[in-house]
Amino acid sequence: MDPKNREHLDQAVRHLNRLVAASLVIVAVALVNIMAPDTAEKWWGPEPEMAAPMAEAPEVVSDTLIVDGIHVASGLVVDDGFIQVKATCLACHSAKLVTQNRATRDGWKKMIRWMQETQNLWDLGTNEDLILDYLAKHYAPDEAGRRPNLPTPTWYVLED
Amino acid sequence: MSKKRKIGIHALYAQDPIEADRQLWGRESDPQSRRGFLKQAGLAAMGMAVGGPIVFAKHMPAGLIPAVLADPAATPFALEGKHPDLVVLNDQPWNVETPAHLLDDDLTPADKFFVRNNGLVPPEFNVDQWTLTIDGEAVPEPISFTLNELKERFSEHTYALTLECGGNGRAEFNPPAKGNQWTTGAVGCAEWTGVRLRDVLEAAGVTSAAVYVGYYGKDLHLTKNPDKVVISRGIPIAKAMEDETLIAWKMNGEDIPVLNGYPLRLVVGGWPASVSGKWLTRLSVRDRVHDGPKMEAPSYRVPNHPVEPGTEVKPEDMKIIESMPVKSLITYPKTGAMIPQGKRLNLRGHAWAGDRSVQRMEVSIDFGATWQTAQLSDAPNRLAWQRWTAEVGFPEPGYYEVWARATDDAGVAQPMVVPGWNPKGYLNNATHRIAVKVTE
Repeated sequence: MDPKNREHLDQAVRHLNRLVAASLVIVAVALVNIMAPDTAEKWWGPEPEMAAPMAEAPEVVSDTLIVDGIHVASGLVVDDGFIQVKATCLACHSAKLVTQNRATRDGWKKMIRWMQETQNLWDLGTNEDLILDYLAKHYAPDEAGRRPNLPTPTWYVLED
Repeated sequence: MSKKRKIGIHALYAQDPIEADRQLWGRESDPQSRRGFLKQAGLAAMGMAVGGPIVFAKHMPAGLIPAVLADPAATPFALEGKHPDLVVLNDQPWNVETPAHLLDDDLTPADKFFVRNNGLVPPEFNVDQWTLTIDGEAVPEPISFTLNELKERFSEHTYALTLECGGNGRAEFNPPAKGNQWTTGAVGCAEWTGVRLRDVLEAAGVTSAAVYVGYYGKDLHLTKNPDKVVISRGIPIAKAMEDETLIAWKMNGEDIPVLNGYPLRLVVGGWPASVSGKWLTRLSVRDRVHDGPKMEAPSYRVPNHPVEPGTEVKPEDMKIIESMPVKSLITYPKTGAMIPQGKRLNLRGHAWAGDRSVQRMEVSIDFGATWQTAQLSDAPNRLAWQRWTAEVGFPEPGYYEVWARATDDAGVAQPMVVPGWNPKGYLNNATHRIAVKVTE
């Protein structure tokens, strides 16, 4: 191939590459917008003029936002049983009552029985096993000693 | 990266709305019209989730997310009237604890006073119409006082009184106990103003049959059923007749914050704060131990005899918690302080001991191997916490923990490890610890 033709071809390939790359970006953006509107909003951000009033209003966490396997609005782990736990437990109380507690499957079952006996929790039917499996898997007790180490503090320089 | 399956309620409905109905609610709708709930399947569950019955349920299209769940936009936990650094353990009902360094004031200000609610804050307050009724087996007949009558008829008293949740410190028990995982911050000492419970009981003609006084408040059960009592605990008549047991309407000279019982509450210093009923409307003078919700085992009860961790304890083998045990906090500095080698560190905090007073206060910088005595002030009155201060030096650079230990007037001291395990995780009065780093 003579050098001149070769240069033309190279140029064409470079153009094509750019075109493909640009198309990919457009497709990716479109996909993000379709599949994960919250992520898209995070990327593109709210309109700048929205920023000031938004700072005043409480930040709203979308119910569909999931980060690192955690459903951000509730703090619950997203796994099999999550939907049932969300619909059942969060009907009456905060997700924090789940996420701050630790128990074995049997321990969680006792809590459910207590709620059924005293707090008007309904019969969970076939959802019960799903819910118990989920809770026992993700909110199981840690093995701690008689006194655990202090949690690592945020270190700061103490001034007088 | 997490490999967990990520699916939200919207995604589930997007995939297959009919299947989502079935999975979530056990709902099956009419296969022809695709509306309603077949054999009522799923209706109750969905009704509970949206917080009330679904009217026109038979017309509800299949595969529709109830609107209230479709947009459960969660707001961050900002609580009106409370310091933003308080730690929210639960927002439904509100349970909020105070980090130790925010409890440094002699009297805990309203915005730093912990919140332990069992139900929802009363939906409305009609203070002009607010009445307190005294009834029960041990008064001749029920008698009611309006808030103004209470203020006019009885003499006013003010005391600094320590309130601590029976479950303060629960987070350290192992095996874990269910409930709000309080660390150290379910305690505060404020100045409370009101009338003596004793004066009001005497005006109601309390008889010698009186054994217990139970309270009722206006808070709303989590199920929003107005007939369901959230919590109704009480105290033995001897504690009720003490000078410092108040029916209070002021905290630190101001209206009591709504979350802490506005406009009227009981304040019973030194006992689990659950006996200090909030949003108070009725006192029942009983001829037996009061039997309202959360008086029964295992609530606010501990085993009659020490048990091995994890033991299942029968209700009849448990006893009601009365006085809280001796305890203290390091309120200055905040944990995580870094100081240069050679500099001495000032420490301060509070100590309290339920019905007793604190007699000695000590601090250790070597994990309890040696202790030095701290300066301890008297309480302004009985059942108020006591201020302590100390100054310590450190022998070499490195990581230290400062531990604080109080001893009460009966010679009982705080344990250095978590005390006796109990099913509900009450009464953890282990020494408070903070981390300090001494730099070269």
